[in-house]
Amino acid sequence: MRKLLTLGVSALALTIGASTANAEGKLSIYHWFEYIPQELLNKFAAENDIEVTMDTFDSNESMLAALKAGKLGSYDVSVPGDYMVKIMAGAGLLDTFEPAELSNFGNISAQWMDVDFDNGRHSSIPYQWGSTSFSVNRDVYSGDIQTTAILFDPPAELRGKINVLDSQGEVLAMASMHLGIPQCTSDRGQLRALNDLLQSAKPHWASFGSDIAKDVLVSGDAAAGMIWNGFSAKARAEGANVEYAFPKQGYVVWMDNVVLLKDAPNRDNALKFMNFLLDPVNAAVVTNYAQYTAGVDGVDGFLDEAVTSAPELNPPAGGAGQFIMACSEEVQTVYDKIWTDLKK
Amino acid sequence: MAGLIKQSTSNTSTYAGLGPLLMLPSWLVVGFFLVLPVSMMLVYSFLTKEFRGGVIWEFSLAAYDQFFFDRGLFGDAPPVIEWTYITIFWRSIWQAALATVFCLLIGFPTAWFIATRTGPNKSIWLFLITIPYWVNLLIRTISMKFLIRDTGPLNEFLMWTGMISDPIHMINTNFAVQLGLFYSYLPFMVLPIYASVERYNFTFSEAAADLYASRWVTLTKVILPFVKPGIIAGCILVFVPSLGAFLAPDLLGGAKNFMIGSLIEEQFKGNAGNWPFGAAVSMILLSMVLVVLTYYARQQSKVEAR
Repeated sequence: MRKLLTLGVSALALTIGASTANAEGKLSIYHWFEYIPQELLNKFAAENDIEVTMDTFDSNESMLAALKAGKLGSYDVSVPGDYMVKIMAGAGLLDTFEPAELSNFGNISAQWMDVDFDNGRHSSIPYQWGSTSFSVNRDVYSGDIQTTAILFDPPAELRGKINVLDSQGEVLAMASMHLGIPQCTSDRGQLRALNDLLQSAKPHWASFGSDIAKDVLVSGDAAAGMIWNGFSAKARAEGANVEYAFPKQGYVVWMDNVVLLKDAPNRDNALKFMNFLLDPVNAAVVTNYAQYTAGVDGVDGFLDEAVTSAPELNPPAGGAGQFIMACSEEVQTVYDKIWTDLKK
Repeated sequence: MAGLIKQSTSNTSTYAGLGPLLMLPSWLVVGFFLVLPVSMMLVYSFLTKEFRGGVIWEFSLAAYDQFFFDRGLFGDAPPVIEWTYITIFWRSIWQAALATVFCLLIGFPTAWFIATRTGPNKSIWLFLITIPYWVNLLIRTISMKFLIRDTGPLNEFLMWTGMISDPIHMINTNFAVQLGLFYSYLPFMVLPIYASVERYNFTFSEAAADLYASRWVTLTKVILPFVKPGIIAGCILVFVPSLGAFLAPDLLGGAKNFMIGSLIEEQFKGNAGNWPFGAAVSMILLSMVLVVLTYYARQQSKVEAR
């Protein structure tokens, strides 16, 4: 026993010793899972002699919860979606910077400069943008898929073989589009209709899951599934015969943004990292990896052919994409009840 | 679990005065890992929720009200009993109970088999039982998913042998959840039962046989009463974590229905962001587990008193 104890103590001492032998500086990233290639992090670390660590999350809400529960102050940057940037700014979780602090600030595409969630980009820079809708396995179903009925009133071939994202915001937004009602409506009749729609659709769904969204399509566990466009492109690249839909009733458009967190322990390195990501060469590396679309000008020359030609990344002209709205507290309470009733 | 710990009363004089100091580590452990977090949870369950996570330091019974009373979709209907959360609790309790029964049915013979081996064989069998637990629970649950999916090796094998022509649909069913719970917690049943069977003196069985007891009577009147503490400990060790499990229901059951664990998780990590309600559900769960454990401790002390 004593021997074991000594062993344990010396092992502990070793790890402490190892972690004090450091690079010049540090950078602590809080990021989505499977969203940045390790080589890019290595490149940044090598160029700036900075030790980079990264934790991952699987939803905007879980990231918000972790930061509120005391993680603020341990991370430098995070990557919230559009509506979440607004929520985080409102909760006082973001720091601001001056455009002059980022030499590549001018690379931000004009259409992503004056966004309503961070007008003029004082706390955030564009990371990638894309859409959320669903993909269908074409071996199983060959009919028209450009309709949200695939999810909410599916054809016989797809019933019981559908995975939906385990994400209240995206599911309720898509359901609202299917019904043709506004997001975050406070109209009681519309909210009741939303509730009824989800209750009637659930028996057709096989599972709820976000991080599994690609795997279930590739493995064949699901024949259709709600998914992000880049994730669907990856599923196709991995051999699944899936087609991504841009339904006529609408689909979710989103933009993820790198934000400077309040009380960042390494603010300077965080800004270096943000500047690094605004360099078209590096933004293109992310796009080639994640298969979404960069919010930076000048990436075109660095993109893979597979990415530029991917149907998932080229929505039809005049597509009915909508950003997710952050609901008022009153409506959110009803949404929570609808969601709990759906999963009770 | 008071019954499991024998208090030593010898040598008190040698360490007189050191008592409080020697108690310090256990008080620190109990205080830091038990009293502090549980009290925090208790306090949070009586606070007002802050929109999108967090609490406002004002006393409120809203969390418990939400658990017990249903006021309709818009929160202004006259209150009736809320069945949503009772349904979720009942589902979790039922699943945990089933998992416990399956673990007992397989675990008892397994423990018996191991305890009756001789020499090094015993250690080898025990060792084999623990091997899967060197791997993280998440990884094991995902591997189980790969095994039983429609296109997984199990179905492919059965189809290859010609026993079935279409894959048996197992993934995203209650069967899959049961399988996951059973696989996760079986050793927690085997090990305590093994410990009590190992102490069993087999001459008792011989004596029973000499007195014309049938095998069944020997098992129920002689062996089972002796190993009962091990069985109860095993049942608790399987039942309690199964009650809060959410990996198996999420990954193998398809997360279609909330379990107690995923309901609590949703309050902190999901859109709901209702920390007081999450804390209240945790407190209700904790109270239920406490009732079970108190019952067990009472039974134990009755046994000791005899």
